[in-house]
Amino acid sequence: MIPSITDWHSFFFYLFATVTCVFALAVLFATNIVRMAFYLIISLGASAGLFILAGAEFLGVMQLMIYVGGTLVLLVFGVMLTAQERFISMKTRGGEWVMAAIVGGALLVLLVQTAFSIDDWTAPRADLSAVSAIETQTATRLGLGLLGIRPDQAEEADPVLRQGMSGYLLLFEIVSVHLLVVLIGAAYLARSKRVTSLARAAEMRR
Amino acid sequence: MGQFFNNYLIDPLAFWADLPENYWLGYVVAALIQCVILLNVVAVGALFFIWLERKVSGRIQDRLGPTRVGGRFGWLQTLADGLKLLTKEDLTPENADPLLFRAAPYVSFAASFAAYLALPFSNGWVAWDVNVAVFFILAVMGIEVFGVILAGYSSGSKWSLFGAMREAAQVVSYEVPLGLCVVIPVLICGTMNLITIGNMQAGLFTNWLLFHDPFTFCVFFVYFTCATASVNRAPFDLAEAESELVAGFHTEYSGLRWSFFFMAEYGSMFAVSGLAAILFFGGWNGPIPIFHWLGWANSENWYLLQIANLFGALNFVFKAVLGVTLMMWARWTLPRLRIDQVMTTCLKYCVPLAAICFIGVVLWQLYYPWWFINDIHLNGWAKPFAHRSEVREPWVLQIERESPPVRTGVTNRSGEAASSPRDQVRLGALGVSSRLLVERAEGGVR
Repeated sequence: MIPSITDWHSFFFYLFATVTCVFALAVLFATNIVRMAFYLIISLGASAGLFILAGAEFLGVMQLMIYVGGTLVLLVFGVMLTAQERFISMKTRGGEWVMAAIVGGALLVLLVQTAFSIDDWTAPRADLSAVSAIETQTATRLGLGLLGIRPDQAEEADPVLRQGMSGYLLLFEIVSVHLLVVLIGAAYLARSKRVTSLARAAEMRR
Repeated sequence: MGQFFNNYLIDPLAFWADLPENYWLGYVVAALIQCVILLNVVAVGALFFIWLERKVSGRIQDRLGPTRVGGRFGWLQTLADGLKLLTKEDLTPENADPLLFRAAPYVSFAASFAAYLALPFSNGWVAWDVNVAVFFILAVMGIEVFGVILAGYSSGSKWSLFGAMREAAQVVSYEVPLGLCVVIPVLICGTMNLITIGNMQAGLFTNWLLFHDPFTFCVFFVYFTCATASVNRAPFDLAEAESELVAGFHTEYSGLRWSFFFMAEYGSMFAVSGLAAILFFGGWNGPIPIFHWLGWANSENWYLLQIANLFGALNFVFKAVLGVTLMMWARWTLPRLRIDQVMTTCLKYCVPLAAICFIGVVLWQLYYPWWFINDIHLNGWAKPFAHRSEVREPWVLQIERESPPVRTGVTNRSGEAASSPRDQVRLGALGVSSRLLVERAEGGVR
């Protein structure tokens, strides 16, 4: 018998983790690009489930919004717009496999190393009663930080460090303006060089 | 709803088993009950809405609509249609990608259904009380388009592909103004928790965010336009333009698979209308707060509270159905737009309007005209109406319960009570839940 509710948590963790991994592998071994996108949706959706399970709802929903709902839709849209033939399949050559294995393996080694170097993660916590049950991980703090107010200042003991804790408003604005400039530049470069009716009239007059 | 089942279903079950080891079963049962209820909201809702659509279109086109099936009013017409769909042959075209072709309707339906996870029907009646509910619903509804794209791509038919491409272009564009419109109520309330947003509008209908200021009044209509477009309804139903594309993305579908697309469509129509009802029309809080006057809505007595909540849920469903009816009205009144007109509506009208309203609301929060009657001015003497600043997110309440605030009232940085208008404006412009955090932060600094 499963002893308590915490096991449902583990159950869903294993479920989402398995789905994430299996479909990530499916992306790797599929050849049809739209099928790859479909597997990627499931994989990313399940990892959003993992975030939500860990109590980071905002991050999980962000994952759904940006990667699943945004990037992948644009990807498939791009494929549909540019495809010369139906159901294009991608063949991966041997050299690409080697390169991908080296890069991916290096990242994996780094991540595993990092994960095992954190002491808190190697053994279960003994002082479970000290863990606060209050759900304070909300998006509100993040939003306030972007506005220039840091609610977590109160938790910083060192007054010198506390002085340095400022909001992200300026950085956020700089990044946004940069993105806007890039977008306008892209639209300018990609615009169709259409002959306006005015120019055509001038042409005809000549 | 979650709390309701936790308290009154799981606990008795566990008591009956009298062993903590059996809690897991209680959770399964509770989860199943919520799933079944929500699934029925979508499925039975679709049955009802399709019947309503026939009746509404009949009325608008000066005919009767279905009259015979099921006795009077043809109210069993959809069920008969459903039986017909069940018995149809399930075809997969030769050119189709079979896996994606089969999966596409379920992607659409699952995305539409998942939005109901976070959609509250009454105060506390929600499957998953999450603090980013608005964002979750928008994100999940955005995935629905993927089913349509997959269906169009995998059908191996040019009509389907055209339909899917139109849908993708349309939905991706309309998510921008839709997001801007939804941000405005979030900005006013300072929370993305739908239950908190709904509770903040308790009281007389003047407390509804629609009447909060002229800008929210305008932005509702922008929201409704964008929502209609994002659920792919006429006059924005280019993805299934019957006159040009046979049936658009679902040309190759038949039988039950086809009906899944329609359940998804009607499901998301109800979901966006429900979202509108909560964001702009007070959700479960009626135009006249009868249950607040009776004291049932905040009652300690569980039965009275649930009766109030039940009427709240009926109120909410009524508002959402009204929204769906409005969409049908628009469908049978307006002709379909061309794709360039759809894009013009989005980029040249909806986005600028939403952006102007956004800035307008921000300025309104800072410098609202003193003569404008809304909840801020009703605070003192209209006490039966809940005041917006007294409604807080659950976790804020929990903090307050566990560590009561040291000081009461709003104070400024130097510690004395905030009497300067600038401070009050500064804190007033933040959402109410955020104020507590600011107060705690500044209290901690000192």
